Amino acid sequence: MVDESTRKTLSNIALLKTKAGPRDKELWVQRLKEEYQSLIKYVQNNKDADNDWFRLESNKEGTKWFGKCWFIQDLLKYEFDVEFDIPVTYPTTAPEIALPELDGKTAKMYRGGKICLSDHFKPLWARNVPKFGIGHAMALGLGPWLAVEIPDLISKGVISYKEKTESGK
Amino acid sequence: MSTVEELEAIVAKLESKLSALTQKNVPRGKIQQMSSEVVDSNPYSRLMALKRMGIVNNYERIRDYTVAVVGVGGVGSVTAEMLTRCGIGRLILFDYDKVELANMNRLFFQPHQSGLSKVEAAAETLRNINPDVDILTFNYNITTVENFDNFTNVLNTSSITNGPVDLVLSCVDNFEARFAINTACNEFNLTWFESGVSENAVSGHIQFIVPGETACFACAPPLIVASNIDEKTLKRDGVCAASLPTTMGIVAGFLVQNTLKYLLQFGQVTHYLGYSALTDFFPTMGLKPNPNCEDSHCRLRQKEFVAKPKTEMAVEAKEEEKPIHEDNEWGISLVNESVEEKEQVNVSEGVQLAYTLPSQSSIAECEEATVSDDVSLDELMAQMKSI
Ligand SMILES: [Zn+2]
Repeated sequence: MVDESTRKTLSNIALLKTKAGPRDKELWVQRLKEEYQSLIKYVQNNKDADNDWFRLESNKEGTKWFGKCWFIQDLLKYEFDVEFDIPVTYPTTAPEIALPELDGKTAKMYRGGKICLSDHFKPLWARNVPKFGIGHAMALGLGPWLAVEIPDLISKGVISYKEKTESGK
Repeated sequence: MSTVEELEAIVAKLESKLSALTQKNVPRGKIQQMSSEVVDSNPYSRLMALKRMGIVNNYERIRDYTVAVVGVGGVGSVTAEMLTRCGIGRLILFDYDKVELANMNRLFFQPHQSGLSKVEAAAETLRNINPDVDILTFNYNITTVENFDNFTNVLNTSSITNGPVDLVLSCVDNFEARFAINTACNEFNLTWFESGVSENAVSGHIQFIVPGETACFACAPPLIVASNIDEKTLKRDGVCAASLPTTMGIVAGFLVQNTLKYLLQFGQVTHYLGYSALTDFFPTMGLKPNPNCEDSHCRLRQKEFVAKPKTEMAVEAKEEEKPIHEDNEWGISLVNESVEEKEQVNVSEGVQLAYTLPSQSSIAECEEATVSDDVSLDELMAQMKSI
């Protein structure tokens, strides 16, 4: 199901062209460049729209990704580490995004802190191979998950606000 | 204060407990040759009776075979136990998970094994049940780049004769791992069974995949057994997945039954066997591969299969085989999909595609990430970091 808000989210993220996974050597480099370009633009757009919510970077090979995502409620910023591997079958199968520090704190997760995706995510992803990339997985997978689960976890007292000492936003 | 007599009684009790425990942990010695002699010390007499009854021609051959079980959870652990009790030659177990108390609604693992890796805990139990079975374990995630090559290498070289394994059993619980197994088996031409239990725990299936000959996992969207639950009453709030030891045990039973039939060549091996728990409905069907499958190795195996001279077609079960590829007669696209949810495509009675795919996606509104060659990956990575 693609509703109005999903469509709006999607229109914000550039589509990718190269169908290549991490086993494809040179084509994978091409794909990675597209991933980075699409992500850079998406993050920049988010910043400009005052809706900045994640940062990601990868290892040299582009197979392991890590970074931070955050959620703002009552002017408080709740920040979490994000990580995922690019599976050998990418982009046919989406990466499994994990928030390791929330592992075991919510039933809406699989082992290792992998987030539970909606029934709509997989069909949507499958229909858009190879055009969807990491930005889409974040926007359609992690974004809605945070929006539903974090307020719930805060209200249950499972997570609480921690003052961050590091500078920057 | 206890008297000496009381203490002596306690010591005696503890000593007998201790000797019972240590005795229990002595596994039997290996048995060199399977015997059909019916004595209470022969663990194989009832299996070898299958031969006497004419069900199986040569049961002992089970010792020549190597089966890889990928995923040692609710289905895989029971599958491994059944094969161990049947006296399979070699079992290769893959899983990266640990045993948890949350797994105790399923069969096989025990609470005291919590915290151990599933493959190690399983291997210990299985060796104890049947020391004749050679068990290899691999504790890693097969879907990642760092492990996939080792995974395919093990599948290709770890049979009893150092060749490819005779059969791969997929007992994983997620789409990504199934796809990784499918990729490996198409690439290296390995025969395998896919198995699964639905996230609502009330349906399951097994699927027999001979690359090029039957539909692979990438030939069509996943098949689902109709659960006859009104979607409106199905609540998913607050949980990812449910599980029942019953459904998992049934699916493991299907899987091993068909494994035995395939390896020991008796009966028929069904391409697809489903199970709907709520209605006790068991759909079966044959499945032809999709000539336009996305997996290039699947298409290659199909060409090889067509070119192969057919010799024993007469023995084949006469089933109505259906290609499950799509020609997009449903015309689904991302932009106009208000109707999509209604589009459940029946493949066979009681079996549907989980979703449909468009032959050509039509997102016109988004621009494409255009990569100019003068930007290097390093520059892009640095740019991303500096935002
Ligand atoms: Zn295929």
